[in-house]
Amino acid sequence: MQQLAIKREYPQHSKKFSKKAALLSVIAMGLGQLYNRQYVKGILMLAMYAYGIFTAVTSLPHALWALATLGETETHLRKVGRLYKQVMGDHSIFLMVEGLITVFIMLVLIWLYISGIKDAYRTGKLREEGIKPNTFKQTLSFVAAYRFPHIVLAIPMIGIVFFTVMPIIFMILVAFTDFSRETMPPAHLINWEGLQAFKELLRNQSWSHTFYSVTLWTFIWAFFATITGYFGGFAAALLVQQKGIRFRSFWRTAFILPFAIPMFVSTLILRNIFNGQFGPVNQYLGMLGIAKAPWLSDPLWAKITLILANFWLSFPVSMLMIIGILSTIPKDMYEAADIDGASGFQKTRLITFPMVMFSMAPLIIMQFVGNINNFNIVYLLTNGKPLNGDFQFAGHTDILITWLFKLSMEQGKYNYASVIGIFIFIVLSAFAIWNVRHTKAFKEEEAS
Amino acid sequence: MTGKKAKTAVRLSFSYVALVLLTVFCAYPALWVLMSSFRTGDALFSDTILPASYTLSHYTGLFDKHPFGVWYWNTLKISVSSMILGTILTLLTGYAFSVFRFAGRKNLMSILLVLGLFPGFMSMIAIYILLNQMNLLNTHTAVVIVYAAGAPLYFLFAKSYFDTIPKSLVEAARIDGAGHMPIFFRIVLPLSTPLIVFTSLMTFTGAFTDFIFAKLVLRSPDKKTLAVGLFDMIGDRFSNEFTMFAAGCVLAAVPVTVLFILMQRFLVDGLTAGADKG
Repeated sequence: MQQLAIKREYPQHSKKFSKKAALLSVIAMGLGQLYNRQYVKGILMLAMYAYGIFTAVTSLPHALWALATLGETETHLRKVGRLYKQVMGDHSIFLMVEGLITVFIMLVLIWLYISGIKDAYRTGKLREEGIKPNTFKQTLSFVAAYRFPHIVLAIPMIGIVFFTVMPIIFMILVAFTDFSRETMPPAHLINWEGLQAFKELLRNQSWSHTFYSVTLWTFIWAFFATITGYFGGFAAALLVQQKGIRFRSFWRTAFILPFAIPMFVSTLILRNIFNGQFGPVNQYLGMLGIAKAPWLSDPLWAKITLILANFWLSFPVSMLMIIGILSTIPKDMYEAADIDGASGFQKTRLITFPMVMFSMAPLIIMQFVGNINNFNIVYLLTNGKPLNGDFQFAGHTDILITWLFKLSMEQGKYNYASVIGIFIFIVLSAFAIWNVRHTKAFKEEEAS
Repeated sequence: MTGKKAKTAVRLSFSYVALVLLTVFCAYPALWVLMSSFRTGDALFSDTILPASYTLSHYTGLFDKHPFGVWYWNTLKISVSSMILGTILTLLTGYAFSVFRFAGRKNLMSILLVLGLFPGFMSMIAIYILLNQMNLLNTHTAVVIVYAAGAPLYFLFAKSYFDTIPKSLVEAARIDGAGHMPIFFRIVLPLSTPLIVFTSLMTFTGAFTDFIFAKLVLRSPDKKTLAVGLFDMIGDRFSNEFTMFAAGCVLAAVPVTVLFILMQRFLVDGLTAGADKG
């Protein structure tokens, strides 16, 4: 602010501008600014304050009541004259979402209120030093010059808060309720149930068995899916980039094909290719005199097919990345190795592999995380089948995220699905935060 | 010397064999669908590897029996709008994080990166209710808003790309009195073609191929997108429309596939944005 403020001598009699301004701002946002002779800003802030008080008085009690009780009147029939009329009760889920939005808006207003006090105090301090406070025009140009990133980020942030953060908080809240198809609003009310859903999921024999088995398979799947994709991509990259190979761009283009074809198309195609009865793979095996394989109908085979299909889909991405990294390895390392008489294999093992591994480590972690959540391939290829009678609404190849989907969209067990969602959330966050903290792009900045 | 030459020749011939096998492996599903789409009859099973006779009837059938043209138009409309909005938001987010230093910047970046890992549909129920409240269910606007709002979560490549543009350029323009917006549009963006191409490609194909969210929001047949339409086609009447489904797959996949292949040189940089480059 100092850069833009114009210095001017002020009479020295009043020394307590800052405290008075801050105090006035505590009473009502904007009063401090008016006191500091920033009239336009002060009036705008007062208007916002009025809006805030209005919202707080009119909606906050309702929002808090809504969040605390999730509605009190159930939809019921009431006798009106001779007829029974249906009276709509409270819609618990709408109440919850509306309550959340109101609380969000209130938090923003409180934050504005506090910054208003801080601003009044700071401007008062400047006046004590004899500096004239910014006019409204100056404030505007200051904001445009120094608050540019905040303004630019505001739009995407609003989108993210409403369509990512709020839904995640909603999901977390649902885990503590009895929200399911049986209690579907508006016909029924939803109640807070504390840790009931967590307990049932972890204690009830059949549910916990499903939960542990599906979790185990999720990690096994993510591990093999990542490893096969990575090494497949590595091998393909070395194959294409090795000395003396011609038509490189042709081979590369051919290998990009699985990545370039839209995934929902290729996965649906693969599902048909592996069709046990009519699919071409079994047909060719038959022509060669080999017995048909139960690609999608046997539990173990289905898992292998899933990993194989994922290999087909994912190795091109790894290949492209590794080709990119190979070009950054300094040539003199290979020359030095040649002088020392290293064989091709040794060069690959001792130079190429560690260099690529070093660069790729964060990406491999991200791919692993992505595979834990690889909803599309499982849903489109096997849809969790073959069915498993021991599991609660999950098949042999279901991973956590597809099980979550089935529980919420097909079975309507929203609270259980939310518990699983929270579990995935925690696991993913742990990986992601570790990764973010260890990525060079972040580390380098700590110095600056 | 001849020994070494022979060794190289052996190595190369093995490599070519491997390359050819891998090419077949990669291209086979695409070729198989292409051939199925021209095959007469409508069954999945075929006696021969190459079709015995060819027909174009499945392609015309798509437009006669299904509103395939409408699906295609819907999809293009949604993808292009989400691409424009999403790309602008992503670039601005990346730019703000790259050029400016402000309180809470690093924490905000970490939070966004973590949030980016969550599949959107995990919170679909809440989004559904939100859209219901805004009266946007079964509209294309809803889908575009949600796709575009999700795009800035993948700001990392934009940020690291802008990091490579010399700061002195921006500062010189500032000294000459240019505002932030003119600098961004006139100086920074013209230097960022690869970034713009990559981000647009990703947001476009993301919207083009997503089916799970579109399926939830778009209920009536005239609003469906390609992905939803094709998925329902094979889900509803599986075995008796297979060849028509194959024709639909070909028509849906060709534009995106061609785009990817033409733009492949822009892909490498974008994909390795999170790598520790030495």
